[in-house]
Amino acid sequence: MLERVNLQIASGEFFSILGPSGCGKTTLLRIIAGFEQPTEGRILLDGQDVTSVSPRTRGVGMVFQNYALFPHMTVAGNVQFGLRHKGATTSEIRQKVGKILEAVHMENRADAPVPLLSGGEQQRVAVARAAVVEPGVLLFDEPLSNLDPALRASTREEIKTLQRRTGITSIYVTHDQAEALSLSDRLAVLHDGTVEQVGSPQEVYDRPSSPFVAGFLGNATLLRGEIDARSRQLRLGNLVVPLPSGFLPPHTGPVVVAVKPENVVPVREASSLNPLVRSVEYQGFTTSLLLNLEGQDIRSICVTSTLEVAPRPGQSVPIRIDWDRCSFFPKK
Amino acid sequence: MIRRTRVLEIIALLPLGAFLLGYVLFPIVTGIIASLSVEGKFSLTRYQELFGPGSSSLFESIINSTVVSFITVSLSALLGIFIAFVLLQLSQRTRTIAVLVSVLPLAMPPLVGVIALLFVFGEGGIVPRGIAMLLGLDRPLFYLEGFLAIVAVHTYAFHVYFILFVSTALQKLDASRIEAAESLGASPLNVFRNIVLPHLRPALLGASLLTFMSSMTSFSAPLIFGGDKHFLTTLIYATKLNGDVDLAAAQAALLMVVSATFFAAMMFSRDRGREESVGKGVSRYGVQKLSRAPRKAVVTLLAILLLLELLPPTAILLISFAREGSWTWQLLPGEYTLENYSRLFGDPSVFRPIANSVLMGCLTVLVTCVVGVSSAYAMSHGVLTRVRKVMDMVLSLPFSIPGTVIGLYLIIAFGGPTFMAGGAVLIGTFWIMPLAYVIRTYPIVLRSTCSSLDRIDGSLIEAAEGLGAGALSRLRRIILPLIAPGVISGALLVLILALGEFVSSILLYTPSNRPISVEILSQLRGYNFGSAAAYSVFLLVLVLALTFLSNRLARGDESAEISGFNF
Repeated sequence: MLERVNLQIASGEFFSILGPSGCGKTTLLRIIAGFEQPTEGRILLDGQDVTSVSPRTRGVGMVFQNYALFPHMTVAGNVQFGLRHKGATTSEIRQKVGKILEAVHMENRADAPVPLLSGGEQQRVAVARAAVVEPGVLLFDEPLSNLDPALRASTREEIKTLQRRTGITSIYVTHDQAEALSLSDRLAVLHDGTVEQVGSPQEVYDRPSSPFVAGFLGNATLLRGEIDARSRQLRLGNLVVPLPSGFLPPHTGPVVVAVKPENVVPVREASSLNPLVRSVEYQGFTTSLLLNLEGQDIRSICVTSTLEVAPRPGQSVPIRIDWDRCSFFPKK
Repeated sequence: MIRRTRVLEIIALLPLGAFLLGYVLFPIVTGIIASLSVEGKFSLTRYQELFGPGSSSLFESIINSTVVSFITVSLSALLGIFIAFVLLQLSQRTRTIAVLVSVLPLAMPPLVGVIALLFVFGEGGIVPRGIAMLLGLDRPLFYLEGFLAIVAVHTYAFHVYFILFVSTALQKLDASRIEAAESLGASPLNVFRNIVLPHLRPALLGASLLTFMSSMTSFSAPLIFGGDKHFLTTLIYATKLNGDVDLAAAQAALLMVVSATFFAAMMFSRDRGREESVGKGVSRYGVQKLSRAPRKAVVTLLAILLLLELLPPTAILLISFAREGSWTWQLLPGEYTLENYSRLFGDPSVFRPIANSVLMGCLTVLVTCVVGVSSAYAMSHGVLTRVRKVMDMVLSLPFSIPGTVIGLYLIIAFGGPTFMAGGAVLIGTFWIMPLAYVIRTYPIVLRSTCSSLDRIDGSLIEAAEGLGAGALSRLRRIILPLIAPGVISGALLVLILALGEFVSSILLYTPSNRPISVEILSQLRGYNFGSAAAYSVFLLVLVLALTFLSNRLARGDESAEISGFNF
């Protein structure tokens, strides 16, 4: 299922593994934790080969998607579980548990039984339980997916703060691009069991290495066209579009252009691009449009207040596409 | 709309109310009153007699029953937990077969299990005889009798409770919980002690209580193997046979209190142990596969145990083909014939008990369905939902009353003309046994219907209502079709239990109305082993077929867990 996965994660880094469901990201995480064995390949931790080391002694903490809290123990009982097995003294345990519960704002619920906690509270206990033993690596398996959207944003910030403060190297698996972009120092995009791209969030977002990454991370539309090198023009069906001066596309000939919705801007003045409006979705702060250009669908999103005209479905609207911000890939 | 629904609920409650008052409460109250009155006046004489001097047989029987029950629970737990864990070491396909074999003892009707063990390990049984012949002795080295035999029969049947309870609990154990503990540094032993065991605790408690209760109220095994030793149930039976019905009523009251206490404790532990739902993700118990050598050892041990479990039914099958009188001193019967079976269906007088049992079984199913379904509906809709838990307890209580007690109290209550029987005497008529069966089994249909009703998504009903369906139409077109599999699987279970019922039948039967179980006993007493075995095989095949059907219908239905029925 996983192939040619080669990742190096620096000490203290917050690293995300991003991909659609079924791409193998959870499997990769479970292999790192030691719950599953790779058929080949190695896992190195601090330069040590830990591939055959049991999860018990690997020194890897994990925050499970369903939290996996022990229902018959209190909050404190859950959090001190790992410390006990590391042979910490009672005073040490009390001090560390108190500190970590404070860090996740659960100091007042230390004696609460786990089943009485809300989803957000359970999530924070799960993080505290994994982090309190100060593992070499802290693994997160889509920890926010069971929370409601409002709680998700605030918990995201808390996780980031906690990681900064403790400096624990963290690997975070998610299918939510916003989570990966906002949390990570670097991230890897996984697709069908292979790594498509590794880099900082800005790098990966601005310069996707494949149409898949552009589509998955930037929600980009993929347009098929052809670039004429000499006239520096892009041909889209019957349309011929001049590329901006000073912009040199990396490929010529048949290409796939990944166009992010924010780079498709409705304008007031006349334009050579006048796609048909198929649908308008008002989202409050932003408005998104589904347009049809020369038989190809293309998405546009813009801040509602900057919209100079109110596009209606069935009409055509003049647009500008910022080609120098698009990604060009050779067409296979 | 609301008013019409109310009316429907009240109508639905009528059969239950009438049944509970007239046929459950009335006999119990009459029985207790009988134990409390001497010549029409209130008196505690019988209870003083119970605990006073000269009542050594009661004390003896309490001690005997308790000791047997404790040993049964310990052995059953040992055996059942072991099997449940080893089952997880098997591959999927072998496990399916092994599970089927391991729960077989529970499918054996009470008396059949006892007789099967008698044939294999009893004084003249195949195994003791075989060992004696092998060693050249003229007397068997050992055989099961008395205490040991009763404990063996009980363990044989009741250890299955532990298998079922523990297996179910293990399936519900979230694997990520174990992984979390592992990654926090817990050793396998630690994981077992801190995570697995606490998770199993409610299941172990439930299985222990059920086993203890079943063992205390067991009748068949003490009757056949008890000899001159008395147990609570056989003491009541003996007292009644001696003609002192009122003293028997007092003894029965004692047994009923013991049994009801354990039943209430069991219900309580079940509610406490209900697992809070876990989130999504991997949720199977990732039992670590043992390494090769120990795994081979435990699996071999399991195979031996399962073969041992198969011995008794195999022996019954073999002996059912034996020519009568051909099995006296030999290791195995000398001559084989189909005669026992051809008589079963050819000879009207031999076929009679089968016809009786089937007729009474069907009648029982009919009544339990009417009472069970209508009251389940009433309980899950409207006013009664508020007192649901209490109602659940009250309605399930007859389930906890030992068959011996029900039989005896029915004799007392319906031994004279009553309003409930239209002024007639029910004892000695055809109707008394189906009544006993209904009392003993209706909680099953009630339970299975309730759990089916609970699982109906409330939005379905609302959707139907929004589409204009009235209360009656919702009931007929939405609710009934959805609960049908649950009801039918419950009804099949009732049929199984009614067909094999022995404990109250032995007190209530009339010569013309003998059920299969009573006939098996009388054939056994007449040393017609072949006939007794043929009846048993017939019953066993019927029960297995019905169990199979019921399981097919109730796939994934928790109410289908085989309910405790008293041996």
